[in-house]
Amino acid sequence: MSSRGRRRIGGRLPLILLLPALLGLAFLLVPLIGLLAQAPWSTLPSRLFSADVGQALKLSLLCASAATLLCLFLGVPLAWLLARAELPGRGLIRALVTVPLVLPPVVGGVALLLVLGRRGLVGEHLDLWFGFSLPFTTAGVIVAEAFVAMPFLVISVEGALRAADPRYEEAAATLGAGRWLTFRRVTLPSIAPGIVAGAVLCWARALGEFGATITFAGNLPGRTTTMPLAVYLALETDPDVAVVLSVVLLAVSVVVLACLRERWISGLR
Amino acid sequence: MFRRTVAVALTAVAAFSLAACGSEDTPAAGPSSSSSSSSTPALSGTINVFAAASLTGTFTQLGKDFEAAHPGVKVVFNFAGSSALAQQINQGAPADVFASAAPKNLDQVTDKGTATTFVKNKLEIAVPKGNPGKITGLKDFADKDKKIAICAVQVPCGAAAKKVFDATKIVAQPDSLEQDVKAALTKVRLGEVDAALVYKTDVLAAKDKVEGIEFPEADKAVNDYPIATLTKAKNPDGAKAFVDYVLSAQGKTVLTEAGFDAP
Repeated sequence: MSSRGRRRIGGRLPLILLLPALLGLAFLLVPLIGLLAQAPWSTLPSRLFSADVGQALKLSLLCASAATLLCLFLGVPLAWLLARAELPGRGLIRALVTVPLVLPPVVGGVALLLVLGRRGLVGEHLDLWFGFSLPFTTAGVIVAEAFVAMPFLVISVEGALRAADPRYEEAAATLGAGRWLTFRRVTLPSIAPGIVAGAVLCWARALGEFGATITFAGNLPGRTTTMPLAVYLALETDPDVAVVLSVVLLAVSVVVLACLRERWISGLR
Repeated sequence: MFRRTVAVALTAVAAFSLAACGSEDTPAAGPSSSSSSSSTPALSGTINVFAAASLTGTFTQLGKDFEAAHPGVKVVFNFAGSSALAQQINQGAPADVFASAAPKNLDQVTDKGTATTFVKNKLEIAVPKGNPGKITGLKDFADKDKKIAICAVQVPCGAAAKKVFDATKIVAQPDSLEQDVKAALTKVRLGEVDAALVYKTDVLAAKDKVEGIEFPEADKAVNDYPIATLTKAKNPDGAKAFVDYVLSAQGKTVLTEAGFDAP
């Protein structure tokens, strides 16, 4: 955007919007600043390098990344289906895909238990045939996080697919490329920024997941205790530790979002 | 237009204040005040009772009975984890009575009045209906092959569980450390775990869904529940009357029927 264009838009901004805008900004930022102000900075390093925190952070990063990969694997094709395929009742399917966005995460956790739990509709057979059950495992954490985070990816990718010009795909087809080749060599590269943006949001959401995780995967240090769970339990006994953990989680989220947002999401416009 | 708005507003205010007066007048004027408690002054207004989540069923019942005995009095409950309630009270939440699941949480409240232990709660092993994991006693909690849930040590039921395991030298092999006793019970109800350590009252409350196995070592970790009228209570008479009611024979019946032990 040129500087002249920016000035013109700035000049036309109704001043009456400025006050609520600044209040809105303060409303979102003051709690975060309060968290930083309350943090016990002097003892922070020693608490940070305690084994429990490191373990929870490592597990959080690992599970959020694995959940994002799972979402990419399932979510990109799903977004493609929603954007390109002629489906009956596509509006309804799209609405259903976004339900986990608004569903209380605890409800998501209960739903997962009822389906994938040891006595669940599907989980029962997993247990009977393979002797394997998802609850109380790291894989369970990944499933819970993916369930809650996948809509973010699907929405971003679907938006990118709709914005992409289908004529390139048509051109590739007329030149003799098969559907799969067209998808890999033409469609995917053209929506790459949308995929990355969706993956980042998906990862950040997975990192902060609490309700579905504690309901479906339980809480066991080293196996299913992610950072948000550690924060919740620390609050019961030592609020200082909870603040330290929260600061770490906040820092990780901000760094990742800031880096990737500059690089990828702004490139979408 | 303006005049009409004012008229409507005035009517609303008048109606509201009449209603308010009415409700306040009732206990004094009503015939019931002489019948129920002749020694205490007529009660009025609202009694704010902050109570541990494990008391939800029993205290809701006690509140209803109390309101029936004292027309015009409203008992309002705030049920949550004891530590959360203690924090709320210290932050200035309007509480007249605090019933905690552990003396520790009552000690955290800065303006506590005099506290009395009114019930005790013991741990019990909860297993899904039919006991599919063939749990026989506390020693099964050390079995790696069995799915086990206990409360995290940070919350009262977890602290009690730790006491029991320490006393019996059993090294528990839990699959999950739950964030409260209800979450542990839920995992049993859904059959996701073979056993969990919960309170006796929780097993009784979920009577059709789970089975309870008592174990002698539970005596090693008995939870005392204290109740107190708070010194900053807005309704001290009401607070005292409610506490007296909880401590009365009638109150005791409700509580022991739910599985609590007398202190």
